Amino acid sequence: MPQPAIAPPTIAQTAERENYLNAKYGVWSWLLTTDHKRIALLYLLSITFFFFIGGFFALLIRLELLTPAGDLVQADTYNKLFTMHGMVMVFFFLIPSIPAVLGNFLVPLMIGAKDLAFPRINLLSWYLYIIGGVMMLHCMLTGGVDTGWTFYAPFSTNYSNTNVVEAGLAIFVAGFSSILTGLNFVVTIHRMRAPGMTWSRLPLFIWAHYATSIVQLLGTPVLAVTLVLVAAERALHLGIFDPKLGGDPLLFQHLFWFYSHPAVYIMILPALGVESEIIACFSRKRIFGYSFVAFSSIAIAVFGFLVWAHHMFVAGTSVYSALVFSFLSYAVAVPSAIKVFNWTATLYKGSIHYDAPMLYAFGFLGLFTIGGLTGLFLAAIGIDVHVTDTYFVVAHFHYIMVGGAVMGYLGGMHFWWPKISGKLYPEGWARLAALIVFIGFNLTFFPQFLLGYMGMPRRYYDYSHMPEFQILNVLSTAGATVLGVGYLLPMLYFLWSMRYGKPAPDNPWNAAGLEWKTPSPPPTFNFDEEPVVTWEAYNYDELDSPDKDAPRGEEVPVAR
Amino acid sequence: MRPAARRSPLPDSTLIGLHHEEEHHPELLHHFADAQQQRDSASLGMWVFLATEVMFFGGLFCAYLVYRRWYFPDFAAASSTINMWLGATNTAVLICSSLTVVLAVWAAQTARRTLLIVSLILTMLLGMAFLGIKGIEYKEKFDEHHVPGASFSFDKVQVPGHPDQYANPHHAQIFFSLYFVMTGLHALHMIIGLGIFLWLLIMAWKGRFTPEWHTPVEIGGLYWHFVDIVWIYLFPLLYLIDRHK
Repeated sequence: MPQPAIAPPTIAQTAERENYLNAKYGVWSWLLTTDHKRIALLYLLSITFFFFIGGFFALLIRLELLTPAGDLVQADTYNKLFTMHGMVMVFFFLIPSIPAVLGNFLVPLMIGAKDLAFPRINLLSWYLYIIGGVMMLHCMLTGGVDTGWTFYAPFSTNYSNTNVVEAGLAIFVAGFSSILTGLNFVVTIHRMRAPGMTWSRLPLFIWAHYATSIVQLLGTPVLAVTLVLVAAERALHLGIFDPKLGGDPLLFQHLFWFYSHPAVYIMILPALGVESEIIACFSRKRIFGYSFVAFSSIAIAVFGFLVWAHHMFVAGTSVYSALVFSFLSYAVAVPSAIKVFNWTATLYKGSIHYDAPMLYAFGFLGLFTIGGLTGLFLAAIGIDVHVTDTYFVVAHFHYIMVGGAVMGYLGGMHFWWPKISGKLYPEGWARLAALIVFIGFNLTFFPQFLLGYMGMPRRYYDYSHMPEFQILNVLSTAGATVLGVGYLLPMLYFLWSMRYGKPAPDNPWNAAGLEWKTPSPPPTFNFDEEPVVTWEAYNYDELDSPDKDAPRGEEVPVAR
Repeated sequence: MRPAARRSPLPDSTLIGLHHEEEHHPELLHHFADAQQQRDSASLGMWVFLATEVMFFGGLFCAYLVYRRWYFPDFAAASSTINMWLGATNTAVLICSSLTVVLAVWAAQTARRTLLIVSLILTMLLGMAFLGIKGIEYKEKFDEHHVPGASFSFDKVQVPGHPDQYANPHHAQIFFSLYFVMTGLHALHMIIGLGIFLWLLIMAWKGRFTPEWHTPVEIGGLYWHFVDIVWIYLFPLLYLIDRHK
């Protein structure tokens, strides 16, 4: 570790201590655990499984698009591939990714609690996720579904001859898993903070998860009831979404996007929280504008509920509503920009270290900015009409969801891996992987911006009437291969490090935050003694000052 | 700020149901500092859950509002075929059950075990009466072929106040779809509520609730009140449309 000012590892103590990993053995000690840290690991395994399933579909999609002709799969299969890629990645990987793994592990640790407020409900939400996941797998194995992840009516309700109801129910069940996670976080953050852990001392990771939880709690039920209506309509032909029977397919789109636009913030907000932690630590500075960054998370959650109809500019909504939603979509960019500017200001004159988590954070910063700015293109009605349903949209949301959320997730996994596993990952490999992911990502998705702007529509399996698009598609497919390697690497060396990695010290990054003040891996109840917080968040100036070993008992005056 | 006392490394497992080994109230779970914190958490948890429930029903109310505005005459005609008096009776039944729930909470707070048990039983009886009446209403609709689906029929039903105008069966079917989904999901919540109250009854029978610890009665009561309130909105929206003027 080329990290100065690191406390020497206390290997002898960490190796022998009892911790949450070795406290109990056996399958039931995992399947019936209520320890938030163990549940986080259960989630880690399950979402990794679904990530590779979704990735497999993505690989087939990119392979098909390597050549203009539809030669690998037929249209029906291709429709199912992109549908199941979307459903698996959105509902079974991205939505639970950071909150259910890192959030589950870290929220109680960061606020100095022994566990989440409702440990059994936490376990229940993992089981709901698994039930939903098994239903999704069953749906795939029995023919799959071809509606696109958006379930647009009346195709999904009247015409599709695939297993729409089961896919909808799978997502319905998984949705309650997400709701219960959000509920647990909100109550835990309100009620379980350690003495002295005031709201203004909370790590920004916690603020981000609080905002995420609000979206999960208030958005997901609307999707749930919409899916109930879709299933009922499909079974009984009620006419609620069928224009032939007086129903309104636009109502479906309103209800669907009322959840599914804020869902994007469920994916990105936790990554923004991870970003704040990493940038502060590896710049060795207090985050610039703490309260602005904190409240911008809340602002994103609130504004995020008011922009859904920008997905429907070409669907026949009124021009006036389009104008309002366009304006509000611009407004939601403001808090996101506040974050990016504050991170940049944090870097300014910081003592920057280029460890693997920071490389991911830098990657995130650039990709999120590109993804966000192209979102503004799409919020402008004139451009949106031009590029609707083209690869421009595909590239835009992958820059947010993959370039943003997945980069944040990987950065966070590296940053907290020593705490989670008690082992150090191999730094050289990790930096290489970060680089590969960054290059592979841009090679995959930047050509898609160009393709989309030139007019290549999304969801086409055959573009033989426009062979001039092949070269960019070949680049994109090549990039996807590189990206795949970049994603496999961390999985391999994380697994390797669990057995062969060097034991991690309690605080390998010399980072601020309560989670670093307990052993790695933490004991079952997180802290040997209940922590009492007397310092502000991100007190890096204090950690790095020469007399950092001096007792720290009194209030530290830091301007807020 | 809560007291920082009384904490030691806990050797015990994290399996379900195992508690802190030190002396404390038997219902205090290991990860809470004190009973107050535990009760506040449970109560906040239920309020947050009810917020998600508001959004769950909110999607349906939104759909209802859109179609009621578009197809008001057809909705009024469809509404005139459901039995207002049964709905009104059910409203009264639920309001009474809210009273018995409040009595149950008060009985738990003041250690009146018999009253607690009686109130819980009364609440469940009222809940079952509601579901029974709802079942009668559903049966009526079934007999009249007003259940959406292949056998739905709504021919020649006049729009209230317009003797020359017949309701559009498609639009009436949308009304009945929303009627069945909304009241059906409400009934499902009632059934879950009955399950919760059965559990509360068993706990109360065993004498587990004390003035110090009766959180389940409180938050079970919150849930029951919420389900009642949903009905308070459903009744006028679904049953009283044709009495609009």
